[in-house]
Parts: sequence; structure tokens; C-alpha cells
Amino acid sequence: MREISASKITQVVRQLCIDANCFLPGDMQSRIEECRASERWPQAQEILDRIIENYTIARERVQPICQDTGVACVFLTIGQDVHIDGDIAEAVNEGVRQGYRDGYLRKSVVGDPLNRVNTGDNTPAMIYYELVPGDKLEITVAPKGFGSENMSQTKMLRPSDGLQGVKDFILKVVEDAGPNPCPPIVVGVGVGGTFDKAAYLAKKALMRSVEQRNPDPFYAKLEEELLQEINALGIGPQGFGGKTTALAVNIEYLPTHIAGLPVAVNLNCHVTRHKSEVL
Amino acid sequence: MSIRITAPLTHETARTLKAGDSCLISGVIYTARDAAHKRLCELVAQGKELPLDLQDAIIYFVGPTPAKEGQAIGSAGPTTSYRMDAYSPTLIAQGQTGMIGKGKRGPEVIAAMKEHGAVYFGAIGGCGALLSKCIKKAEVIAYEDLGAEAIRRLEVEDFPAIVIIDSEGNNLYETGRADYLAQQEK
Repeated sequence: MREISASKITQVVRQLCIDANCFLPGDMQSRIEECRASERWPQAQEILDRIIENYTIARERVQPICQDTGVACVFLTIGQDVHIDGDIAEAVNEGVRQGYRDGYLRKSVVGDPLNRVNTGDNTPAMIYYELVPGDKLEITVAPKGFGSENMSQTKMLRPSDGLQGVKDFILKVVEDAGPNPCPPIVVGVGVGGTFDKAAYLAKKALMRSVEQRNPDPFYAKLEEELLQEINALGIGPQGFGGKTTALAVNIEYLPTHIAGLPVAVNLNCHVTRHKSEVL
Repeated sequence: MSIRITAPLTHETARTLKAGDSCLISGVIYTARDAAHKRLCELVAQGKELPLDLQDAIIYFVGPTPAKEGQAIGSAGPTTSYRMDAYSPTLIAQGQTGMIGKGKRGPEVIAAMKEHGAVYFGAIGGCGALLSKCIKKAEVIAYEDLGAEAIRRLEVEDFPAIVIIDSEGNNLYETGRADYLAQQEK
């Protein structure tokens, strides 16, 4: 058994919250800059220039890239041979509390979805646990803004809807969203599993680099085809027209029931943020 | 070439702005999001006095991050506007002339804009750090208990905004995309 202290988890989560919100991942920066170089529509070029300027300022000033510093989605991949001395969820929440306070991040969580009183410290985090072999603990903090979260959808298709049904649904979600989720967007897709697992996969897909395709060649090709079809819609950066509507389509899949074809689409904005550390 | 406009924004000036116009806004604007809009509309329904003068007012849909020492405000980009659709027609009828946000608006808002002569501006979503540089002063004037959602009075200088929907109902989201796609076919 390897011992990891709860206070170490708190310390790491605190720093990941601040870093994730102020420094856009390198793969996102490269992809946005490539899209700017190939964009021909003047309005779209202008918007992409401002987006690049914005994340540059945020990095230099260590200031949030976007004012929606999100709900803190925290992915914990826990080795079975790790022992944590304390309450793991409380350790994560304390890290979120400290990170959002010390990083001057916005507190955007209400304690109850209907009574809607702000918890004042951005807790609780949304925590996703995964147990794996080994003695490491990987922590990923992904602040998720709700401009794009609100435009996400899930649907239980019929097996007969097939590949075309899945593609049509993904394109419909992007079309319905239009300018609302702050394009250029990243499209996270979960196919298969159950109703809830499909949605989880869609969120998990957003943690993958935009430069990395699915290792399965069938899904890798589907990601590329969908990206082309989405970018042919012409929505463009901020919805003012252009070819840069999406930066990437990331698909994850799971086995499913003989009667089902669940599909979930989790949209994310051009400020797709996540940062990881392995303990 | 950007059009310089001053806030408060008169109905007369609002009517001259056209969808697609790039503007630089200077002067005094107010912030409000979902929770503050709800409270303002409740006051209007009760016939009570509002905590701000809506006549010729521009409201920016934003909930900023906290300011660090020496900053007027933290990051401050627009939030998605459709959540204010239930409230904007009431405030437009009270004299509001401008809204700054991002994303689509419903037909009831566009109808109110046409009837009263108001305009919907877009600021670039997700550019909160950049936009904060144009905000020189920020002061909470109502609903401090709402935190980031409190109503703030902002003094802005050359705040970049583009007219998305004008007072005649022309919509850049429709024309911008259509123009781009038409050009692709040539």
C-alpha cells in the first residue's frame, strides 16, 4: 500500500484549479492558431485574433481566461494500491475552496438547483472516480463553463438509426447550439454504454487533447469526418460566419445493449481547460 | 472602422445602429445576470422604484471574477443572453436601450427591441481577460448578496461590441453565416 495524504491532494487540487483557469492548454493554443492561419473570412479572422490575444493576456497576468471559471470537474484515477489518509472528497473540495479563493476565480455553484443560493466557495466539486491497477493517483481538474454545458444533449437512438443517426444527432446538437456555446467549440461525444455512461464518456472525451485522435481507426476517421461536416455548417467563430466552428471532435465509446444506441454530446467552448498531475 | 458611441445610449442613437456595426462603447453601463433581472422585474411588477435608472441604459450580461489588488474588475466577458429573454422585454419597456451579451435571442425580445428602439450588442464570449482592460471602474450598486451576480455600475472606455440585432430586427447571426456560405459557393 502506498500512502498519499489528504493534505497533498488538497494542495494539488488548489494549484490545478488556478492553473487550469489561467493557462490555456498548449494543444488548444496550437489548434486555434492553426485555424486562424487557414481562416479566410475577415470577421472570423478578427475574432480568432482577439481570442489569441485574450489567452495571451490571461497567461501573462495569471488572470482567468474566461469569467466563467466553471464548476470544478475533478477526475480521480486511483491506483488500487493507494491508501489515502482522510476523506478524499473533502480533500478535493478543500482544494477547490482554496484554489477559487486564492486564484480570484468566480464562485458559480448554487447549493440546490431549485432554491439557488450560492455556496460562496465554488464547492462542491463534481468528482469522477475511477479505480485502476497500480499505486499512482492521477488528478485532473477541468473547470466547466455552463454556456457550453447548457447546449449539450443526450439521446437514446435505435440500433437501426446506425452510424448516420449518430452523425445526424451530433450535427443537430451543434446546429441547435449555434453561437451560444462560444464557438469555436470542442465536441465531446459518448456512444454506447447506458444513458448515464454515454454522458460520462462525452465529458471524459473533452479531457483528451484536441490533437489526439481515437486510437481505434474507425472512430478516428469518424472524428475527422464529423469535424469537416461541422465546419461546413458555416457557423464560425462566435457565430458570425466562417469555417472555424469546431476545433476538434473527440469520441469515446463503450459496449452497449442489443436494443440500444445511446449517444451524448457534451459541448465545450474555445476555453476548453483541464490540467492533470500524477501523484 | 468602428463607430464610437457613448453610454447611456439614447433611443435616437440606438436606432441608427445596424446589425454588423463594430462599436466602441464609452461611458456608464450596468451589469446584471439572471438573478438580478428576476429581482428587477419583480420590482417593476410591484410598481416599486428600481436601484438603477433604466432610461437609456445599457445592461451588460456579465458576472465578473473577483478583482485582484489594483484591478478595477476581474475577467469580465459576456454570458449567454437567452437566459435573460424572459426579463429583457420588461426592462426595454422601462427605457433600456442596449444589451451586451452573446448568443441568440427570442422573438419576444426582438419584438420589444423593434417596438421601443433598442439594440443587442455582442461582446466576444470567452474573452474575459481582454475585455476587462476596457473597464476602468466597477462599483456594486445593488444586490451585493448575489456576489458575482450583483448589479454593478461600470465605467468603460472603448469597450468593443458588435451589433448583433438592430432595432429593425436585422440579425448578424443570420446574415453573417449566410454571407459566408454564399461566398463559399462562388
